[in-house]
Amino acid sequence: MSEEQIKNLEQQFEARIARDEKIEPKDWMPEKYRQTHIRQISQHAHSEIVGMLPEGNWITRAPSLRRKVALLAKVQDEAGHGLYLYSACETLGVTRDDLYGQLHSGKAKYSSIFNYPALTWADMGAIGWLVDGAAIINQVPLCNTSYGPYARAMIRVCKEESFHQRQGFEIMLKLANGTAEQKDMAQDALNRWWWPSLMMLGPTDDKSVHTEQSMKWKLKRKTNDELRQQFIDQTVPQADVLGLKIPDPDLKWNEERQSYDFGDIDWDEFWQVVKGHGPMNKERMKARVGAWERGEWVRDAAMAHAEKKKTRKEKQAV
Amino acid sequence: MANTKNWPLWEIFVRSKNGLEHRHFGSLHAADAEMALENARDVYTRRNEGVSIWVVESKHITASNPENNGELFEPAQDKVYRHPTFYDVPDEVKHM
Ligand SMILES: [Fe+2]
Ligand SMILES: [Fe+2]
Repeated sequence: MSEEQIKNLEQQFEARIARDEKIEPKDWMPEKYRQTHIRQISQHAHSEIVGMLPEGNWITRAPSLRRKVALLAKVQDEAGHGLYLYSACETLGVTRDDLYGQLHSGKAKYSSIFNYPALTWADMGAIGWLVDGAAIINQVPLCNTSYGPYARAMIRVCKEESFHQRQGFEIMLKLANGTAEQKDMAQDALNRWWWPSLMMLGPTDDKSVHTEQSMKWKLKRKTNDELRQQFIDQTVPQADVLGLKIPDPDLKWNEERQSYDFGDIDWDEFWQVVKGHGPMNKERMKARVGAWERGEWVRDAAMAHAEKKKTRKEKQAV
Repeated sequence: MANTKNWPLWEIFVRSKNGLEHRHFGSLHAADAEMALENARDVYTRRNEGVSIWVVESKHITASNPENNGELFEPAQDKVYRHPTFYDVPDEVKHM
């Protein structure tokens, strides 16, 4: 194809997206669109998968059967989310093995929030309430994104997230209305998860490299700062209901903006964690790679068994 | 790793309730059809989304190419006579 032809195709392509048409796997697409989507969808999938680790760690220690079934179901949902997203990503011509390879080698990123440890049971509450809450804010606009398989996966994901947040809030509510120790535990979890949750909504707009292109392709509808403000505005009243205090001395209602003003985020910490120096980066990768390697004989055995069954069937058919 | 054979990809179709057709839900990897069915149950029907599942190995699906959409689908566009509004019927004719 000549440069002229490609440019023409690109213009038609952008116009289709501007008209709110969806792009499907076999449609022509600019290479940059393909690569950007592979990167974003796979990062998203990796986040769901790695995101199981901090919570999976607490399933056996859940304080009641009600809490245990809820947490188990939530973690299983996150596995499902990862799988919907990997399968959407594979429609762009990348294999599952490549994607796992990128995660396990450290080449691919995942949400840095999962590089913080889940220290107490209250963290299960704070994660559901805040981390899933921030995830919902990030994810809802993606139900309308331009790439069909991604949009469809996100619709399914968003339907399931609301239970995640509510079960987390319920844990917090119970602890916040419990003994003094339980309330302290809830407050401590909020203190530790608040700032990382704000960071989840991404670097500030002036530091965010992808925003303009992402807006065009509907990978983003609002900027990081807008999403963060939305998260803060809706979460502060929820903390009031819990009777817990948001760990930000500068947080206050701004009558003029009809929004909360908030304190400075420690972006050095954010970039440290992104670069692999968070408290749990090594641990998380070790768990993922270990699970993949220890599962190898199971995958091989299943494949060998399937092939044996197939040959037997074919022989019988002769 | 080098001589490991990867589990093939399967396309998953789910009938959400009797009376409706099976609809494409997504795909997943499994060693064989039985495992694809079991995995599809866990991945795509955790909340009563289905009463019946079909699994088809992805390589068996032949898809039309969007580049041929012109010759495939455009001929239908100028065949207005396939629609009832193409035909003139006087207003006094009822039930038609
Ligand atoms: Fe999720
Ligand atoms: Fe979730």
